[in-house]
Amino acid sequence: MLNRLLPHPTAPVEKASSVRERQVARNLPFRVRWRRDWQMVVLMIPGVVFLLLFFYVPILGNLVAFQDFQPYLGIMHSEWNGVQNFVNLYANPDFWDALRNTLILALAQLVLFFPVPLALALIVDSLVSNRIRRAFQTIAYLPHFLSWVLVIALFQQSLGGAGFVNNLLRQAGFDPIPFMTNPDTFPLLVVGQLVWKDAGWAMIIFLAALSSVDVALYEAAAADGAGRWRRLWHITLPSMRTVIVLLLILRIGDVLSVGFEQFILQRDSVGPGAAEVLDTFTYYAGVVGGDWSSGAAAGLAKGVISALLLWGANSIAHRLGEPGIFQKRGQS
Amino acid sequence: MSRRPIWKEPAAPGYQTVKAVVLGGFALAIIVPIMVVVSTSLASDQDIIEAGGYVLWPKHPTLKAYDTLFSGGLMGRAIMVSVFVTVVGTAIALATTIALAYATSRPVLFGRPVLLMVLFTLLFAPGIIPMFLMVKQLGLIDSLWSLILPGALGAFNFVVMRTFFMNVPAELLESARIDGASDFTILRRIIIPLSKAVIAVVGLFYAVGFWNAFFNALLYINDTAKWPVQVILRTYVLQGKSLSADQLGVEPLPQPQSLQMAVVVVALVPIAMVYPFLQRHFNKGVITGAIKG
Repeated sequence: MLNRLLPHPTAPVEKASSVRERQVARNLPFRVRWRRDWQMVVLMIPGVVFLLLFFYVPILGNLVAFQDFQPYLGIMHSEWNGVQNFVNLYANPDFWDALRNTLILALAQLVLFFPVPLALALIVDSLVSNRIRRAFQTIAYLPHFLSWVLVIALFQQSLGGAGFVNNLLRQAGFDPIPFMTNPDTFPLLVVGQLVWKDAGWAMIIFLAALSSVDVALYEAAAADGAGRWRRLWHITLPSMRTVIVLLLILRIGDVLSVGFEQFILQRDSVGPGAAEVLDTFTYYAGVVGGDWSSGAAAGLAKGVISALLLWGANSIAHRLGEPGIFQKRGQS
Repeated sequence: MSRRPIWKEPAAPGYQTVKAVVLGGFALAIIVPIMVVVSTSLASDQDIIEAGGYVLWPKHPTLKAYDTLFSGGLMGRAIMVSVFVTVVGTAIALATTIALAYATSRPVLFGRPVLLMVLFTLLFAPGIIPMFLMVKQLGLIDSLWSLILPGALGAFNFVVMRTFFMNVPAELLESARIDGASDFTILRRIIIPLSKAVIAVVGLFYAVGFWNAFFNALLYINDTAKWPVQVILRTYVLQGKSLSADQLGVEPLPQPQSLQMAVVVVALVPIAMVYPFLQRHFNKGVITGAIKG
């Protein structure tokens, strides 16, 4: 990353430094840099104000998790009560249900979803016809841009109790299948929806990685008698290792947040027993139920677990010799 | 059409079939539900009754469901809200993102700490309750700005934009600088004209995001008159509340299926319209380039 900030190696170096395009030059006095850069600093202001208002100050707002928060008193005047909210959460069976559901759904998504875009990308990459390839990509990327409300509406109209699949089943004399309302199969439904919406889109990065594999490697391997499966195992997959690990890490860090809208939209139809996750618990306990502090405590617990998962996954990747997401300076 | 590389084995019918089934099945699973929804929204009452609920291809296409939907104030207002949020939100988000991405794409004063400030948002989220309290503190509850301002900068879009700006050759900026251009002028006269493609893509991403946003509206907007399309979709299609005559104005109402499907189509159409523009840029590596960098 750092080398991008340096000027181009062929750039002439003999011009006066006041006119020359900026170099890293950290040793210039502050006043000189300010005179040179003030317009850039002005350009940063809207973004920085946004970050403060809608990211960093709210992060401090997580302090209400350690308060007996009363909306009419505000954060400044509410009583502090230490870890009492976390103790209450610990004793609350609904919280444990939500945590269990979060982990089950997250694991189902991680294990069942992740291989699908990889497999699709391998198939698409093996297609010889560009026309078929492009047509498939056009169709497969589309659902990524549909909102969750729309996706679930489409699922309901297709697989719901009165949806057209069950209509067909009924007309053919079978019993309808409660795809959308059975809490036991909810994890599968969730993964199915995620595959429908995002598997095509997730393919895009794998395809980019596949297109950068040197064709000469395949050719040489084929000349040495390697069949398609051997080429897959010994060339394709090793070349994609870095990308696969990177995406897996990002996915793990994200996994507790993924599908929040998806769950909140379906909580009514499958019931909170299966669809209550930490985020929906936070929403219903805090915003709907008015128990702000418990909600914030659950939200904070989720944030911390996510960050730990991300960090853990990243350090495992480092151990395995992969760059991961937090790269050391100078790399790449 | 590209030719089969000579080192590949000849096409084997078994593998070809498996591939065709997998890809074809996936594509059909995407197309068929969308087609059924669009067809049913266009079907006449008679078509729907004959087909027993859903129609794959309307024999007597009619726009009656849409007429009914737009005759009442509900849907028209929701569309106005969504369009306002999408247009204003995208403009603000683009301005913020372009300014911040340009300012951090060169080694300038405060550049690094600000960059780290943005990248940190990728790792952690403030949480629902603190965000709600913040929006409330700012007095934005029940204001459309609550749907716009919290989305005014997306870290991913920022990274895409910044990566693109960093690849603008330094010599170009240097020559402008020698001619006496300020940073504002360089941004306006060089960076933006050179980056039209990436600005278009990022703008479309923002627009899609604002159009699709649902949870913000659920959290911050209690006034039903300010509901965007997505919340209408949830209330009348997912929760199955019936669109009654007082919300729609005309009687007799068409079949409920076609009305519901018309709501779905209204939410779908803008995405379907911008999709071809978005899609053109995917394979040019605008997006994947940023991820790899």
